[in-house]
Amino acid sequence: MEAEELTVKKHIKKYSNEKKALISILQDIQEEYNYLPQEALKIVSRTLGVPLIDIIGVATFYRAFSLEPRGKHLITVCLGTACHVRGGPKILEEFERKLNIEAGQTSKDGQFSLETVACLGCCAIGPVVVVDGNYHAQTTIRKVGSILKKHLKKD
Amino acid sequence: MRKIKKIKTIKDLEQLIHSQVQARKSEKKPVLTVSAGTCGQARGSLQVIKSLEKAIKEENLEDKVKIKVTGCHGFCEAEPNIIVQPQNIFYQKVQPKDAKDITSQTIINNKVIDQLLFTDLATGKKVSNEKNIPFYKKQKRIILGDNTLIDPTDMNDYLSIGGYRSLIKALSGMTQEEIIETVKQSGLRGRGGAGFPTGYKWEFARKTKGDTKYIICNADEGDPGAYMDRSLLEGNPHRVLEGMIIGAYAIGAGEGYIYVRDEYPLAVEHISLAISQAEEMGLLGKNILGTNFNFELHITKGAGAFVCGEETALIASVEGRVGEPRQRPPFPAVKGLWGKPTNINNVETWANIPLIIEKGPQGLSRIGTNGSKGTKIFSLVGKINNTGLVEVPMGISLREIIFDIGGGIPGGKDFKAVQTGGPSGGCIPKEMLDLPVDYESLTKAGSIMGSGGMIVMDENTCMVDVAKYFLNFLRDESCGKCISCREGTQRMWEIVTDITEGKGSRGDLEFLEALAKTTRDASLCGLGQTAANPVLSTIRHFRDEYEAHIKDKKCPAGVCKELIQYSIIEENCTGCLACLKVCPQEAISGELKKVHVLDQSKCIKCAACYEACNFDAIKIE
Repeated sequence: MEAEELTVKKHIKKYSNEKKALISILQDIQEEYNYLPQEALKIVSRTLGVPLIDIIGVATFYRAFSLEPRGKHLITVCLGTACHVRGGPKILEEFERKLNIEAGQTSKDGQFSLETVACLGCCAIGPVVVVDGNYHAQTTIRKVGSILKKHLKKD
Repeated sequence: MRKIKKIKTIKDLEQLIHSQVQARKSEKKPVLTVSAGTCGQARGSLQVIKSLEKAIKEENLEDKVKIKVTGCHGFCEAEPNIIVQPQNIFYQKVQPKDAKDITSQTIINNKVIDQLLFTDLATGKKVSNEKNIPFYKKQKRIILGDNTLIDPTDMNDYLSIGGYRSLIKALSGMTQEEIIETVKQSGLRGRGGAGFPTGYKWEFARKTKGDTKYIICNADEGDPGAYMDRSLLEGNPHRVLEGMIIGAYAIGAGEGYIYVRDEYPLAVEHISLAISQAEEMGLLGKNILGTNFNFELHITKGAGAFVCGEETALIASVEGRVGEPRQRPPFPAVKGLWGKPTNINNVETWANIPLIIEKGPQGLSRIGTNGSKGTKIFSLVGKINNTGLVEVPMGISLREIIFDIGGGIPGGKDFKAVQTGGPSGGCIPKEMLDLPVDYESLTKAGSIMGSGGMIVMDENTCMVDVAKYFLNFLRDESCGKCISCREGTQRMWEIVTDITEGKGSRGDLEFLEALAKTTRDASLCGLGQTAANPVLSTIRHFRDEYEAHIKDKKCPAGVCKELIQYSIIEENCTGCLACLKVCPQEAISGELKKVHVLDQSKCIKCAACYEACNFDAIKIE
């Protein structure tokens, strides 16, 4: 998706073109495009008067930002300590096998992006997997296949 | 949403609070309080609410029953749960299909539904009253308890439990010095990790010269396994706001920020709503309640960087920069946000302030130990029966928390260790279960209080794997500014990974200890300085497990893949084909009703068969 100058500028203007709002601006742009398109970052750089290298610095420092387009569905596997001791890593491995990608990548068909998070704070229901904002509680290796199918079906 | 009227004087606010308190007292309708924090919602509380609404409508009870949607009640294991008032009946794990029974039996016929009650694991008896549930009995919920009373999206509900009375007291009857003195006397220490005395921190910021000062609420709850701050922001946002407004007044700050994790959407939603309500009511903004005190509050969302929990990194992030910590001193109290004096406290610390102002220093100092006053909220998670948020008086023993409140370890397994303090903390072994939980004792045991994560581990948890887990987390989250932290965490992770893969050698532990010391001594911020704690504490208390990995090439807990093998126990195998069907490698062969065979050369140790087997016929060793 090409970033349009007007759309990007609209997000910057929300914060009165202030440099201090850089992170919030990038969050809004990412929400719009699902990732941070290069073109958008250039527009931000020009409008705020911040060197592009500093913007890339911020965009690559924080985990929440992605410079690559992400899949249609976002899978987040929680690897917090509580989920870890309850078998979270095995769930992640099963997703990696099923999707044939590693954490941090997007499946070839563009359907799923697989990410991890260090704790969602719902430790009681771990291991937790969140797909497009829907929480899946007490995930097991066997549930992985049906979770994927369920979200494909929704399309 | 009703329109909120602007309050111009302290007297008007007093009157409004009074009328809300009276309204609550005179409320005669039964109330169904449904917990709907993130955990509750993930377990389906929103669907439960919908079916309750439907059931109530069908019985034409809309004017006679009230459904109150609250934040987290703390007992995550029992989610979604409902408290029926005024009887105080606690229904757990409620399903949408139960809504009809709750309405027709409990509401109309005043009958308790047995199968929705909590069963006391120790006695096997059903418990109906919330107060008699062992999980709640030993707690002292002076901060978290209000979560069950209020709808966090309704400001009047907060007023109806006397909310914002402390603000009135602070603004009308106390000087700024008196407020700070009260907080000092209470003995309140920072609940975010380091435990610095809050009153003194305020005093530093107040005494620093400058026209512009800031306060910040650190809600970047990054420790994996800790979620008490989220629960407070979701369930009682106005309490945090009240604490901040009082703090801003005492310190002389005109502007404040709440730096909240982006991974907590519901917390962001509720605290944002609370801010706009407080603005409308005139509790934020210019000339608050007719005084000459001005204070405005903003929200900054984090973007997923653990190091931003460190105060100087957090400040950099609020300023829109890369979240790298810097040298202290100067401390933020002298040179903070945009170079101005800044006071940062964590969510739970701010939530303590209204209580201290309302009840005086003794409100807090009467609870706890000599050096640690008040209560602390812990998230009791991992291999534990009663998972949840527990608020306990400082000084309570680990044993009481884990066994009396937490109900012990599931599946009859043995307790092995409890990890406290997040990635900066350590693992405390069985032998130290009677340790009192306070700042000093935990530090002495090689861990820290931290923000309050308490992850319980059983005999099936490998302590070397736990150390590897935290090192992996830390090497990933190290901002990279200090070479000792960037390379130290990486190298420690590599060594521990080798150990878990059977490639450890003699001298590894000594080398790890030396490396840990350098990482601690040569790093700038808390992340690097404490990065070695998980390794050091596990070596200290579980050296034999490390040695089993290094010398015998065995993982006693059966976790480390390279050191274990899956096999089928012939006597137990019924030949049901369950394992065979789930194996992604087709490593298991066999026929119906005949003992199956596992081909070791194909096995990737994914545990799918172990999970699928209903007859304990898969062995891991």
